[in-house]
Amino acid sequence: MSESRTIRVGALTRVEGEGALHVSLNNNVIDRVELNIYEPPRFFEAFLRGRPLEDVPDLTARICGICPVAYQMSSACAIEAALEIEIPNEIHQLRKLLYCGEWIESHCLHMHLLQAPDFFGYSSGLELGKHFPDEVKRGLRLKKIGNQILEVLGGRSVHPVNVCIGGFYRTPVPDELQNLIPELEWGLQAAIETTHWISGFDFPDFVRDYDLISISNSSDYPWFGVTMASSKGESFDVKEYEQVICEYQVPHSTALQAQKIESRTSCLFGPLARINHSRDNFHPNARKLADRVNTQWPCNNPFQSILARGLEVVHAFEEALEICRNYQRPSESRIPYQPRAGVGMAATEAPRGTLFHHYEIDDAGLIQHATIIPPTSQNQKQIENDLRDYLPPLLSMEDDQVAQACERLIRSYDPCISCATHFLKLSIERVE
Amino acid sequence: MPEKLRLGIFKFASCDGCQLSLLNAEEELLELAELVEFAHFPEASSRIESGPYDLVLIEGSISTPNDLDHIQKIRRQTDTLVTIGACATAGGIQALRNGANHDEFMKLVYPHPEFVQSLATSTPISNHVSVDFELRGCPVDTGQLLQIISDKLHHRKFSVPDHSVCRDCKLQNIVCVSVARGIPCLGPLTQAGCGAICPRFHRGCYGCFGPCHQTNTDGLTDWLIKDGHSSAELIPLFLNVNAEAPEFARTGAQLMRQDSAEGESHE
Repeated sequence: MSESRTIRVGALTRVEGEGALHVSLNNNVIDRVELNIYEPPRFFEAFLRGRPLEDVPDLTARICGICPVAYQMSSACAIEAALEIEIPNEIHQLRKLLYCGEWIESHCLHMHLLQAPDFFGYSSGLELGKHFPDEVKRGLRLKKIGNQILEVLGGRSVHPVNVCIGGFYRTPVPDELQNLIPELEWGLQAAIETTHWISGFDFPDFVRDYDLISISNSSDYPWFGVTMASSKGESFDVKEYEQVICEYQVPHSTALQAQKIESRTSCLFGPLARINHSRDNFHPNARKLADRVNTQWPCNNPFQSILARGLEVVHAFEEALEICRNYQRPSESRIPYQPRAGVGMAATEAPRGTLFHHYEIDDAGLIQHATIIPPTSQNQKQIENDLRDYLPPLLSMEDDQVAQACERLIRSYDPCISCATHFLKLSIERVE
Repeated sequence: MPEKLRLGIFKFASCDGCQLSLLNAEEELLELAELVEFAHFPEASSRIESGPYDLVLIEGSISTPNDLDHIQKIRRQTDTLVTIGACATAGGIQALRNGANHDEFMKLVYPHPEFVQSLATSTPISNHVSVDFELRGCPVDTGQLLQIISDKLHHRKFSVPDHSVCRDCKLQNIVCVSVARGIPCLGPLTQAGCGAICPRFHRGCYGCFGPCHQTNTDGLTDWLIKDGHSSAELIPLFLNVNAEAPEFARTGAQLMRQDSAEGESHE
């Protein structure tokens, strides 16, 4: 006689946004694993139509309060591609500095307040702070330095106001960046110590066979770039993005999922993809540290993406220092342009993975069409596949322990569910 | 030691930026944790406690059928309810759907609209339950957010300055972007709180904190139009992150009427 029961456990916490996971078992064999991201639709791609192209960086920033710079950068680069504007190197460097601020802020938040508590069984970063006060205080100060970069270049850390099509509304005077240097120097040393601390964590042994996708450049670690690298396929130009990767909808989630069109397989975006493709392009401290931390390269253990984040923070501090030390104020803060009809695509590397934007503009400079593919929807199918393989050895445990283990794994991808989501409750359905 | 204040933080349709503004308190966050119990703050803690709560901060707007019920349940468990940010206070950027064709919007974004639950409008929390205080901003200011929590802890009346960005800008000796550079700026109409950052970066204010107390909206738009700006140019300034704040919504609609009248007279 078959017996069926559904068990609901907790809510997925310590992620940005909310969502749900549904696992159904048939005679203790996994039947379905569904990451149920419930996103209240906000219709950005719809209401962008008819808006002036100048509005797009500020509007799309509102998709995500954790990574607004990523949205400003991908949208600005895509629209500049449509207008055929070349951004001079000196302005490009400032944009990279802004992005450094966001990576530092977002990664340090995730490392200290969201993921690290899992390695010690604590419920929050605040609780972790009671047992590791120095480490958590150091992490919060690192995060604050990221925010300071954003404030100097953008006025505030959430939804900064300075990015415009063609460059910036105002470039900083040299003193503003000089003043950041002492904190950045402290930050570099502190980030190295933090990464050593994380390297000593007890990582679950869960090595995957990922198709890793990120921007890849010949010499620069990727924030910007036009070539996408795949660890299981050809590299491709960002203009071919929608011929290689497609979004599709599943009934159990309002966030669209993504997969490779040809093979219909999942891919992983984010720090592991970037670090496996591009760690040779790290600055010296990050490069040296990458060889000393407790992992094997290429690293395909999702739990160790926290280590990749630590190394990326070290690299971001080195990059920020280099930009601040060499800064000379550009003669123009932005490149003038005339609106014209065109199509533009761009991808940049948000903290949690590649963020692709595609716009069509009419000759009056109004948006006719917008497509935005955020990193979390692109990782969603991979997260489900990973859970499917991670779960079987855990099924003898109590439901709440299974739930905790699943949450730990999901958290390690740093899903930014507000880019894609709402409500996450975990339910396990057992049919026996 | 007195009992800690039980704080709940709940999210509806939003970008998470206002909750992040609380996490951005950094050092103060650790001090705050001594005085406040984060009883419901899923973004930061896995420990979820049920109500009642002394103070609840709501981020996000009401935009799905489930939200309608959820907000009522939260209100019943809450002593003092404060909305944080433009979404919770005015419907947010996603209120740009209000007045548009919702079915068309659904079909544009989703291949299978039937899988998705959504209301035709995005509305502020105060349209659905009684709200004790509304904290403005897209995002809210971390200092103001900490002030509200401190006010509740010390039984003070909630209050933030309700004068305009324009006044803060003058106090900082920033050269007026409208007068000196001819850039349209909502500073004279927008509530202070951001520190006048846009004029500081040589651009016009775009209204993140919504309309301030006692606005002279028509006075500003008339002046900007006399100064050579078109209605079409001003519409996106008003129909933005606070598009459904009544004063901005009214002005946006008026400018749209003017714009279409201008278009017809040109034909």
